[in-house]
Amino acid sequence: MTNKEPIRIGFYICHCGTNIAGTVDVETVARYVATLPGVAVSRDYKYMCSDPGQELILRDIQEHTLNRVVVASCSPLLHEQTFRNAIQKAGLNPFYFQMVNVREHNSWVHTDRLEATQKAMALARAAVQRVPHHKPLEVKKVPVQPGVLVLGGGIAGIHAALTLAGGGQKVYLLEREATIGGHMAKFDKTFPTLDCAACILTPKMSAVRASSNITLWTYSEVVKVDGYVGNYKVTVRRKPRYVIEDLCTGCRECVDACVYRDAKFSDEFNLGLGKRKPIYMPFPQAVPPVVVIDPQTCIELKTGKCKKTCLEACGDRHAIDFQQKEEIVEITVGTIIVATGFKIFDARRTPYYGYGVYPNVYNALEVERLVNASGPTGGEIVMRNGQVPKRVAIVHCVGSRDENTNRWCSRVCCLYSLKLAHLIHEHTRAEIYNFYIDMRTPGKSMEEFYTRIASEGMHLIRGKVADVYPDPSDGAQGRLIVQAEDTLLGRIVKTPVDMVVLAVALEPQPDAQDVRRMFNMSCGAEGFFLERHPKLAPVNTFTDGIFLAGCCQGPKDIPDTVAQAGAAAAEAYALSCRGHIEQEPNTASVLDDCSGCKSCIPLCPYTAISFDADRKKAVINEALCKGCGTCVASCPSGSIKQNLFEDEEIFSEIEGVLAC
Amino acid sequence: MKRRLLMSAKPKVAFYWCASCGGCEEAVVDLAEDILGVVEAVDIVLWPVAMDFKKRDVEAMADKSIVAALVNGALRTSEQEEMAHLLRRKSQYLIAYGACAHLGGIPSLANQFPREQILKYVYEDGPAIVNEQKTRPQLEFKENGWHVHLPEFRNVVRSLDQVVDVDYYIPGCPPTPQITKAAIGALLQGKLPAKGAVLAPDIALCDECPRKASKPTDLSFTEFKRPHQKVLDPEKCFLAQGIVCLGPATRSGCEAACTKGNMPCSGCFGPTSRVKDQGAKILSSLSANVAPKEEAEIVKVLDGIPDPVGTFYRYGLAKSLLRRKGA
Repeated sequence: MTNKEPIRIGFYICHCGTNIAGTVDVETVARYVATLPGVAVSRDYKYMCSDPGQELILRDIQEHTLNRVVVASCSPLLHEQTFRNAIQKAGLNPFYFQMVNVREHNSWVHTDRLEATQKAMALARAAVQRVPHHKPLEVKKVPVQPGVLVLGGGIAGIHAALTLAGGGQKVYLLEREATIGGHMAKFDKTFPTLDCAACILTPKMSAVRASSNITLWTYSEVVKVDGYVGNYKVTVRRKPRYVIEDLCTGCRECVDACVYRDAKFSDEFNLGLGKRKPIYMPFPQAVPPVVVIDPQTCIELKTGKCKKTCLEACGDRHAIDFQQKEEIVEITVGTIIVATGFKIFDARRTPYYGYGVYPNVYNALEVERLVNASGPTGGEIVMRNGQVPKRVAIVHCVGSRDENTNRWCSRVCCLYSLKLAHLIHEHTRAEIYNFYIDMRTPGKSMEEFYTRIASEGMHLIRGKVADVYPDPSDGAQGRLIVQAEDTLLGRIVKTPVDMVVLAVALEPQPDAQDVRRMFNMSCGAEGFFLERHPKLAPVNTFTDGIFLAGCCQGPKDIPDTVAQAGAAAAEAYALSCRGHIEQEPNTASVLDDCSGCKSCIPLCPYTAISFDADRKKAVINEALCKGCGTCVASCPSGSIKQNLFEDEEIFSEIEGVLAC
Repeated sequence: MKRRLLMSAKPKVAFYWCASCGGCEEAVVDLAEDILGVVEAVDIVLWPVAMDFKKRDVEAMADKSIVAALVNGALRTSEQEEMAHLLRRKSQYLIAYGACAHLGGIPSLANQFPREQILKYVYEDGPAIVNEQKTRPQLEFKENGWHVHLPEFRNVVRSLDQVVDVDYYIPGCPPTPQITKAAIGALLQGKLPAKGAVLAPDIALCDECPRKASKPTDLSFTEFKRPHQKVLDPEKCFLAQGIVCLGPATRSGCEAACTKGNMPCSGCFGPTSRVKDQGAKILSSLSANVAPKEEAEIVKVLDGIPDPVGTFYRYGLAKSLLRRKGA
């Protein structure tokens, strides 16, 4: 088709049952549009998106030789593609089409029929004046490179990586700690089944190591992400562990041989409740099963004056390398799954609970380690003062549902508190007092779990704890008073206990904002990564080809995390299998008239603009451009133009809407 | 067109000024010895600043007998409009010469104020005014058999093309000798572009600015200074020094005269053909690059631009999308 051909527009307004027709007089709108210049056909129809509705357009295009189509119905988010496909079927370029939203923007938000009808007429006229300026555009196909980056080696990342690897995808699994496993590796048992976390996690960790499709890089961090969906260039920093992974057998003879006879440094895996040496393996089932040397405490790395007994013990294996340097590696992947997890709430931010002040106040994760048979106490619940508690208070909602800290419910705390109540009681026969605001135990088998634990003789007190303080009658024994209002009995209770367990909230990782910026994602107000749609795109981000799994998107339990990781893997897998992505052609491009002032470059939210140093002009990478228009609006010399949003299209639309 | 030019032995040319400072007239003289070539090649039929012609001489000429009339200055009075219409009628090409005829120029900054406020200030409130009777200029006056007229002071200042149809524009405050010479050359040789064109390159000034390479990608303005508030680096991009420079939003062709003279571009060549509102464009671009994200901090940065209209619309208020203040 040439531009010389006279414009013949077909206009269709949809009743959408009574959704639109109930408020807008669609027949009047159709009659009015029929009088506008260039309009050859103007109709109203009950459901334009239905097959007969689409066929109506198709037939009219052929019978009335239409060359432009305008449909006034719902949001383009819902049916723009439907109608583009329909007119493409009739042999027209799908971009000779304009959609008018007379539902979300009109009938659903207005009550006055006359005014709503006038508004529909104005909006329709805007589209009718705009659409003659539309140009034929082509949908571009961008290839998707094989390979998926999974960021984070907790249960979410592990499950996503294994799912993809099982389907034959090449996966890079990145973890910044020395071992994969994440928080789950620290848990003792899991609710509601009370099966052992390690028993279900470690087989999956071993499977990661065994999979030929997974490249596992622990002790590694992403430093830079370039590119776009299907073609991400990711720069990774591999921190030196001073041990050659391929040569270390995990025998740990070096650990025994270390010049420090006793472990005397705080053990991160056990949250400081235990000790480790400068050369250590985080925990016995670590994957990779390789030791790591801490440069902060290793005498050789600090001073270069150690006897290096570890090196002797390693012998012919030659796995220890004090000269190891950090390595920067660039990889190319088609898609990325972000599974960077959470951090627990720092209970020092609620000073009235005495965490960090009274040694017998613990957070829940510390108690997980105390209960765990491979933990620092070998599974005995022994407090810092060496005693076994006889009375234990578990305080719910520490850093959750609290306007002074975090407003959200962390979703897992009620259940893990019940689990810990059970485990502590099982280990010590102590009296357990659970102080809760509301007992929230939704989900399959969770309410049954609550009933079971409640029937084991726990004290369940409905009341937010106001204060934890030393028992004045106790002297220096470390006994504490937990003060709360029992809202069911309507009285203040002061419960003396030996140990307080704080059910701390799940929070975004401290560097979530950096990760967000690096991967061009969005965050909700609370700082968790934002999914594209809470219901219909729960693992997608606003950046194509980047998906979310696990608690980095929001607090959730292990079953939900695994389900979400599977969903993210499926989304990434689907993109890889298709091999290409189709790109909406509403992209911007820089004209030759660009003066090279660079004003646009820092403004692009998708880092799609770069400066061509030879031509001294800006260049837009079409594959990265999302058509947001920021650069177009900001170009001081009007030298960037955007498909579907060219000046004449926008100005004729404005004239149309204001012409009444 | 070429044929018609050749038919007459010497093509007739007119110069006229409206609301103008005289700088544009000076620019013609600035052609220096080249002006002799121009005088040689053309027959000047009207040039009030330099030669003695009467309006009635022009009225007596046949319509379209002047090949080109170069009109500078903005238009505010009925007399200026009358002359614009007359020259339009008598000329084959009417050319807006200089920023005021092209865009409204500095005189159109008066569009920020209602007409009455201007008259009251000029005839009553100005610090040098003594006018106890509060006399205002009258459109006509009769005494002793004399009947005199004064032009009417219109509500707004307009560019030439807001009054009459204009064929070409020669931009600048004032236009440089180079682009004036090039335009006259093109006219005499009949090598003119499509009607309505601005006779200067359609690319922004940064393209020819010698400081271009020193412009960083991310400006992140933390403050704005006016040129007199700072010792200016003679080589570094002005924007990188926190000095407002309209180069990115201004048509080139001046050979970066100001930035070479260590002064920022103030925008006199107007926008490129692709831009409807030069001020809005540079405002959008600069403010998008302001570093702070909190309102109070943003305001502090923007306080460095005490007169935004005078800064961003110095030459183009009449032609901008901004509307005149109500009367």
